[in-house]
Amino acid sequence: MITRIKIGSLIIAAVIALFVFRLGYLQILHREQYQKLSENNRLRIIKSPAPRGIIYDRNGVPLVKNIPTFSVSIVPENLKNLDRNALAGLLEMPAQEIEEKLNKKDNSPFVPIKLKLGLNFNDIARIEAMRSDFPGLFVETEVGREYLFGKSGSHVIGYLGKITQAQLTRPDLKHFPPDALIGQWGAEALHDERLRGTPGERIVEIDALGRELRLIQQKQAIKGGDIHLSIDINIHKAIENAFGEKAGALVAIKPASGEILALESLPSFDPNVFVMGVAPQDWKALTENKKKPLLNRALQSQYPPGSTFKIVTAITALEEEAVKPDMKFTCTGGLGFGKWTFGCWKKGGHGSVDFHRGIVESCDVYFYEVGKRLGMDKIYKYAVALGLGKETGVELPPVKESKGLVPNPQWKREKKKLSWFLGDTFISAIGQGFVSTTPIQMASVMAAVANNGSVCKPTLIKGGSLPKDAVKLKPETIKMIKDALQGVVNEPNGTAKGAKSAIVLTGGKTGTAQVVSKRKGLGGERFMDHAWFVAFAPVENPEIAVAVFVEHGGGGGAVAAPIAKKAIEAYFKKEDTKKEQENRPNDSD
Amino acid sequence: MIAIDRRLTKNFDWLTFAIIIALALIGISTIYSATRPPAGVGEHSDFYLKQILWLTISIAALFVVVFFDYRWFYKFAYPLYGIGLMLLTIVLFAGRTSLGARRWLNIGPLSFQPSEFFRMMFIIAFSAYLVNRGEELKGRLPASAIFVFALFPMILVIKQPDLGTAILLSALFVSLSLAKGISRRIMTAILVIGLVSIPFFGNIAWDGLKDYQKNRLIAFIDPEVDPAGIGYHIAQSKISIGSGGLTGKGYLKGTQGPLRFLPEKHTDFIFAVFAEEWGFSGSIFLVGIYLTLFLRGIDTAMKAKDEYGRLLATGVTSMFFVYFTVNIGMTLGMTPVVGVPLPFMSYGGTSLLSNFIAAGILISVRTRRFELFYP
Repeated sequence: MITRIKIGSLIIAAVIALFVFRLGYLQILHREQYQKLSENNRLRIIKSPAPRGIIYDRNGVPLVKNIPTFSVSIVPENLKNLDRNALAGLLEMPAQEIEEKLNKKDNSPFVPIKLKLGLNFNDIARIEAMRSDFPGLFVETEVGREYLFGKSGSHVIGYLGKITQAQLTRPDLKHFPPDALIGQWGAEALHDERLRGTPGERIVEIDALGRELRLIQQKQAIKGGDIHLSIDINIHKAIENAFGEKAGALVAIKPASGEILALESLPSFDPNVFVMGVAPQDWKALTENKKKPLLNRALQSQYPPGSTFKIVTAITALEEEAVKPDMKFTCTGGLGFGKWTFGCWKKGGHGSVDFHRGIVESCDVYFYEVGKRLGMDKIYKYAVALGLGKETGVELPPVKESKGLVPNPQWKREKKKLSWFLGDTFISAIGQGFVSTTPIQMASVMAAVANNGSVCKPTLIKGGSLPKDAVKLKPETIKMIKDALQGVVNEPNGTAKGAKSAIVLTGGKTGTAQVVSKRKGLGGERFMDHAWFVAFAPVENPEIAVAVFVEHGGGGGAVAAPIAKKAIEAYFKKEDTKKEQENRPNDSD
Repeated sequence: MIAIDRRLTKNFDWLTFAIIIALALIGISTIYSATRPPAGVGEHSDFYLKQILWLTISIAALFVVVFFDYRWFYKFAYPLYGIGLMLLTIVLFAGRTSLGARRWLNIGPLSFQPSEFFRMMFIIAFSAYLVNRGEELKGRLPASAIFVFALFPMILVIKQPDLGTAILLSALFVSLSLAKGISRRIMTAILVIGLVSIPFFGNIAWDGLKDYQKNRLIAFIDPEVDPAGIGYHIAQSKISIGSGGLTGKGYLKGTQGPLRFLPEKHTDFIFAVFAEEWGFSGSIFLVGIYLTLFLRGIDTAMKAKDEYGRLLATGVTSMFFVYFTVNIGMTLGMTPVVGVPLPFMSYGGTSLLSNFIAAGILISVRTRRFELFYP
């Protein structure tokens, strides 16, 4: 009995001892070997990019297209016997660049290193033919982007580009692969999350050679959501033609909803250049271009609005009852004040000028008189209520919108440490001096006037926003202003006859931002004044409000007004182009 | 009959009970870790919840068995054994095939493995048989007993095929015979004849094996031949255990199980998952708990108040020990891959329940060791 128990206990002891030795052998003696094996024993997570959402214009015209692009990568495990010079020859890139990519600190041993993006079919054919000489080299398909209208609307549509180092440190983007393409500009950047979709994922088990052993889990990619922009690509194309070589900006807004029908800044850039990683020479050309194609003039250029600001002064005058519409002032070509003389643009003077003629002929003296009776604080109140001196709130990353400036005595005291003079009121009342606005602000003011005082936040999404503020304006004020603005375009002595359209009854106001005050002795385009023109159409129930700004364009009436006319006509011609669209064979498939 | 007696609570074998509860809880936490979704993608499978449910059922069953005097098993030993053999026969013809083996029986919505319960019936019946024979055995077993308790059930389980149960039954046959007092000479003769007959019947046996069983044997001999093929289980198990090192990767930090390199990670290879996360020190601790369970079992057998109790305790302890040895041996790459769960830890309701019932018998034998009279 006792011996049998001994035998039993002995067997148990022997087995346990064997196991303990075996555990020690595996876990202590051969720990390192097995830990290495365990690390190589990994899953590879292969992401498949989701098709990006499509960006449409307001008429349903696709502005972008997803296109397959090809890239070539190499598996890090195969680097040991790699002939780097031969590889450089095959990929037609400097050996040094390949070396840099292979030796990056953050390269993971499990993730293939991307060597070159944006390959064409010749490259692929060459690589595939030589692939057996370069184990671990393979070509991948990715989702790229084609911008169907090139430069047109590029400031709004933006572009897709390679993720930057700075972006990779952001918490919401840090899980992205270092060569991911994300929206970098404009709507592509603003709506990136929606457009992006959800990438598909295949989790595969790999062996030590990186061969797939089996599929563990698969998640299909989900296409990103589409975006319907408020812009009309036809207006953009028309603007591009109308501007020609000139630099400037045009913003068109639908007054009732705040929808931006067009937002163009010229010169612009071709977004297609950025998709596969911008080539150094292209980047250099864009950043060193003196005309600054990357500057969004519609949101960032702030200049004195010139006579377009008279709309604000005129509204203030009627609302505050500083002048009666039929009250007349005499313009002799200037207004003396103390030892100063404030001139009118028309050297000979306008003679006896009432409210209507004051606007139609843009008489400066009339508005000096009005300004004198109003005082700057009242003008300031209406200017700010109509949206000047602050951001309109339109978002187009990474562009930071400029605020512009509406001066008042308090501002001058605080910022300039100077007192406010009546002369400051005079030049502010005609939109010169310290007053500065951006094109989108002036378009917004024009839209608010067209919308009878309701200010809508400008938006780039079709559908628009609700009016956020309403400046209470008397119906007579609105009627007087609209009549006068119509006169500017349509009356024989109006300053903007170039905007007169045969298609639609248009109202508007010209403006000139002086570059160097009256020292006309300096020649050359660099010293020409900037031209402004704001307009709306039709005068009854306006559907479009426009602000045009032409850098060094000279007089607003001559240069800016015809551009506005083309934009407005392009908008009203949309019915025709829609038919054109429908008749065009469907080539998207 | 059912003696709910102060002595039952006073003498209750808390140590054995504590050990199996501890093992079951370690098992559940390891199942939780092993079935994490890979790379944090996807949902956590609910295996651990199911196991918790089965544990509560098993604890209830254990108390029923403890309060039920084990001598009642003696009375119903042969009918029970008859039912067991019948179920094994039925499963051969009507069983459900899973993973190449016909082991499962569906009764309504429930499905269970008859061989999981048959091993208990075998211990109960063979012990009763040995007690009945008394001294008249005189050191030898009649051929009829060898047929009824060894050959016939062996044929039935090999046919399924269930290599694990076959090994268990032969081990139980030998250990219970030894405990009864079969002369060592005769036992040695049986063993020698058995061993000699292996090469003799080798070809027949080899042909009888299913392909996956042959593969497992080949893989055991040289597991590194093809790491993704037949030796895969063993190679991955060794990588899991070895990479744990001295102190382990930490709970929920193991990669082999959740990344699904290790197959059957929550069932047969649960020890590998545990060893990866807890290392050498944790593994020694766990092996220590099992050792305590076995020694307590032997002690229970020695202190049993009657021969039937002694044989039952020996049988149950042997069963735990055989499963432990075969499972850990396989996981450590020392024995061929035989699909045997690690008692109390592996995922699986039937296995947990039948092990708790077996432990209930063990506790019952110890708890009643001071009862002097049959009630």
